[in-house]
Amino acid sequence: MEKNVAVLEETEQTEESKSPTGFSIFWREIVRDKLALISLIFLVLISAFVYGISLFMNQEDIVTVDLFSIHQPPSSDFWLGTDYGGRDVFGQLIIGTRNSLSIGILVTLMSGAIGILFGLIAGYFGGTVDNIMMRILDFFMVLPFLMIVIVFVAIVPKYSIISFSLIMTLFLWMGIARLIRSKALQERELDYIQASKTMGSSNFKIMMTQMLPNLSSIIIVNMTLNLAANIGIESGLSFLGFGFPEDTPSLGTLLSYATNPQTLEFRWWIWVPPAILILVLMLAVRNVGEALKRATDARQRRG
Amino acid sequence: MNGMWKFTVRRILIMIPQVVLLSILVFIMAKMMPGDALSGLMDPNLDPATLEELREKLGLNDPWYTQYIHWIGDLFHGDMGESFRYKMPVSELIGQRMVNTFWLSLVTLILIYLISVPLGIISGRYNDSLLDQAITGYTYIGFATPLFIFALVLLWIFGFQFGWFPTGGSVTPGSTPGTLDYISSKLYHLLLPAISMALIGTVGTVQYLRNEIIDTKQKDFILTARAKGASESRVYNRHVLRNSLLPIAAFFGYEITGLISGTVFVESIYTYPGMGQLFLESITTRDYSVATALTLLFGIAAILGTLISDIILSLVDPRIRIK
Repeated sequence: MEKNVAVLEETEQTEESKSPTGFSIFWREIVRDKLALISLIFLVLISAFVYGISLFMNQEDIVTVDLFSIHQPPSSDFWLGTDYGGRDVFGQLIIGTRNSLSIGILVTLMSGAIGILFGLIAGYFGGTVDNIMMRILDFFMVLPFLMIVIVFVAIVPKYSIISFSLIMTLFLWMGIARLIRSKALQERELDYIQASKTMGSSNFKIMMTQMLPNLSSIIIVNMTLNLAANIGIESGLSFLGFGFPEDTPSLGTLLSYATNPQTLEFRWWIWVPPAILILVLMLAVRNVGEALKRATDARQRRG
Repeated sequence: MNGMWKFTVRRILIMIPQVVLLSILVFIMAKMMPGDALSGLMDPNLDPATLEELREKLGLNDPWYTQYIHWIGDLFHGDMGESFRYKMPVSELIGQRMVNTFWLSLVTLILIYLISVPLGIISGRYNDSLLDQAITGYTYIGFATPLFIFALVLLWIFGFQFGWFPTGGSVTPGSTPGTLDYISSKLYHLLLPAISMALIGTVGTVQYLRNEIIDTKQKDFILTARAKGASESRVYNRHVLRNSLLPIAAFFGYEITGLISGTVFVESIYTYPGMGQLFLESITTRDYSVATALTLLFGIAAILGTLISDIILSLVDPRIRIK
């Protein structure tokens, strides 16, 4: 028995080295698509910039109210002026971008993990298990996401960044779960799963070590596209005042200053830069995601 | 036809547990909110013993399932509690705001169809032309643009810079209801919010229609129609569009979910007095009986919307019924 497994593993490995691996296909596709390549370079640069610079910045300093410099126009001291509390907008922009990116990545990973697990179990077992799990998923899908999240944010005691990302995760795992479930349903009919079952592998092992790797490229594509969406959702919630806590700037909080008509009309330097940043970030992540998506479908590849 | 009824009944049966679960979720949220029905009415001079008596009388000390049954019973009688901020029944307050949101949503829906159908048809019929590339570019950017940023920019440009549209409210103060002035002023106030929602909301439909048309174009029956000598416009009007437009008409139910979150953003940006704005306001002022009622209503609207769309789609496309 053990011998057979060893042989199987060996053939798997040799086959892998022959055909191009997932990552090299991804990479080729991105290099071939100029827009995606530029987007990727931009994303790497801006992340390096905001994560690097914010190491040398003092968040306490930036979010401290300074009543002597309220609403100053851009100057050499404050590159993008100051907000209604006399806080430097440029500094908030840097930290806000970092916070928005971080929570976007965090929520994408957490909701991805839940969704993948849920989808794998439903798709692998199929039948009644699948039926029950899909009804649960349908229920989550039909909930008015925005309102429920806002109510949760309002009623959670000791609200923090962690609870915010958990609340978002709780209502954002359904898309990827549905995708993984449909792929797992197809996958479970294939011979290698049947073979593995006959050889006595546990269900958990088949799901995690055999099914999951075969779905990895779809997962990467879907999570990239989710990241773009999650950055938008977070900034939207922060914009309404139900995202990041007060003392933690995000791109959405900066934009929410524009709900003051005076700021919207006369102080564009406060809200236009974060608006552009959100847009460009979301577009860039999406461009990369779309290139990856093409890479997973051999008919659409350009590279 | 028989299959259709089976599908409809099954689909409605699926809906019932959804509504029950939603109501339980909203009830739990209502219970978790700080304070109860009495904290708003509370007279600080009341002594704790009387307060306790009142609680007992209102059933606030009962086990949760008894309270839940009571709550549901009240809901069926249209009693959603009292808004302590506006000092009026929640149902009345929501009724006032619902009219505004209803018109805003309706105009948005109409605009969505008015924009997306021609764009989708052009883009699908003349695919890969310059025009199609422009439309595809619009959907690509529109898909990545958050609604609230787009609405802010429109408000800034057309409301403040050009002054073409009002920057807030739902009607010019002082106009009498029922007059033509009043109606046109209402329409004028909701136009910009509706346009901003519609321009973002069309994106999915345009893409869907484009793909459908490009797909159908290559089918054999279209080739046959062309071979018979049918004119190009006849091929499109009688054969291609017939298959693609019906499902789109059924999408309006799915749009409701998007419209709900859209109105929350747009109403707060344009200070348009509708249900979305009322919801945000009730949360920030801790007027929780209003917030819970609105969450429940929006949830039920979304569930009903999906139900209607599912049923219409199954009528249009029998393949769905088999699933």
